[in-house]
Amino acid sequence: MKVVVDLSSCDLHGLCVEAAPEVFEIGDDGALRVLNETPSDDLRAKVDKAVRECPTGAISVTE
Amino acid sequence: MAQAVRRVAIIGASLAGLRAAETLRSRGYDGALTLVGDERHRPYDRPPLSKQVLHGTWTPEQTFFRQKDGYDPLALDLRLGVRATSLDLRAKRVTLADGGWTDYDRLIIATGARVRTLPGIVGRPGLLVLRTLDDAVVLRGELERARRVAIVGMGFIGLEVASACRSRSVDVVAVELLPVPLAPIVGPAVGEMLVAMHADHGVDVRTGVTVTDIYGESRVAGIVLSDGSRVDADVVVVGIGVVPNTDWLEGSGLTLDNGIVCDGAGEAAPDVYAAGDVARMANAWHGDFPRIEHWTNAVEQGVHVAEQLLGAPDRGTGFSSVPYFWSDQYDRKIQFIGRARPHDEMLVVDGSVAERRLTALYRRGDRLVACLTVNQPRALIKYRKLLASNPSWDTAVADVTRSGH
Repeated sequence: MKVVVDLSSCDLHGLCVEAAPEVFEIGDDGALRVLNETPSDDLRAKVDKAVRECPTGAISVTE
Repeated sequence: MAQAVRRVAIIGASLAGLRAAETLRSRGYDGALTLVGDERHRPYDRPPLSKQVLHGTWTPEQTFFRQKDGYDPLALDLRLGVRATSLDLRAKRVTLADGGWTDYDRLIIATGARVRTLPGIVGRPGLLVLRTLDDAVVLRGELERARRVAIVGMGFIGLEVASACRSRSVDVVAVELLPVPLAPIVGPAVGEMLVAMHADHGVDVRTGVTVTDIYGESRVAGIVLSDGSRVDADVVVVGIGVVPNTDWLEGSGLTLDNGIVCDGAGEAAPDVYAAGDVARMANAWHGDFPRIEHWTNAVEQGVHVAEQLLGAPDRGTGFSSVPYFWSDQYDRKIQFIGRARPHDEMLVVDGSVAERRLTALYRRGDRLVACLTVNQPRALIKYRKLLASNPSWDTAVADVTRSGH
């Protein structure tokens, strides 16, 4: 899967960081960073949680 | 599961209802799935109503979670604009206002809440509330013409409406019953900070007063306050909280007490679940049955009940969640995680109230129970994680010292 974040929509709620810390972090500059744009399938459940819990719908996943 | 589930009905085309439907399908449920909503709109997102929609930066359509064709993969029997009127637990049937009904093997109730209204005040043009998409569209239209708006209730909705009004250069008088708005939720120091912030943006704040009457016959012309003063206004917006939509369940046999009381699986009766604003679900983190009106709670409970209903491997696992909400006012983002009570002690550990940029921790006994940030989103992430472990106050404060705040 490929993870894409629309940074213009990101509102820094940080729920994705909690759901999938292997994939998302908020960097020292205060902006969201995708640590791993193509996470392995064993992270699928965590990424799905990040997608559905994002209050601004900024995260999408393509196969 | 004792018997196969072939018919699931979800009452409430809300965030919780939609997330439940999505979860059922993503977990492989392929039976009939009915989603009933009393509004004519497809499920939409509420937080933007008092933010982007009122500010005029979003069209109403941008609040829809899915466009029309986005519902095809969910294969729903989507019944919009129709209210549920009663529940028969024995017959496993929900009766609808259009004369129809839906029978179920499993039921999810996500009927949310509706606004509280001022007692004894008759509705009239210009007397508005903000809860639904239709409410937001009406209010936005009124703000385009209004010169002066009176806001009754300085909760988060009222304060966001005030912010939207001021960004449109509309005059605002904001009225609040409490001496310090929101003090029971965020503490007096932050409540006072919010008052000062709104006053600096030109809001005329009147605290410790109630509305005794509204004048203007064919249309609102103003409000009368308990101190005898009159406030002329073209528009009056009332934001004094919500009540759960459980009227249709009276006499059904479900336990109703400021919401639908349900266990940690979200089950209110055999095969009947509740989620979102309408539910009082046992919450292990809370240690009781809170009714929580937040966005993330609706998502988490919608997902949780769908998983429990299908007999998840962790079936019977109780719900446990740290409540979270946020509010955008002017150039400030206020975020709150946890649960404070009126007499909890608050300690600012970074920034300051004067700067209106801060991280505050809340203490009850020897525990950390909540964290509030203003324009410090990274700190919130840190404390969200910490709060989930129900940490001691000493641990939290030691952590602050260590990280050099």
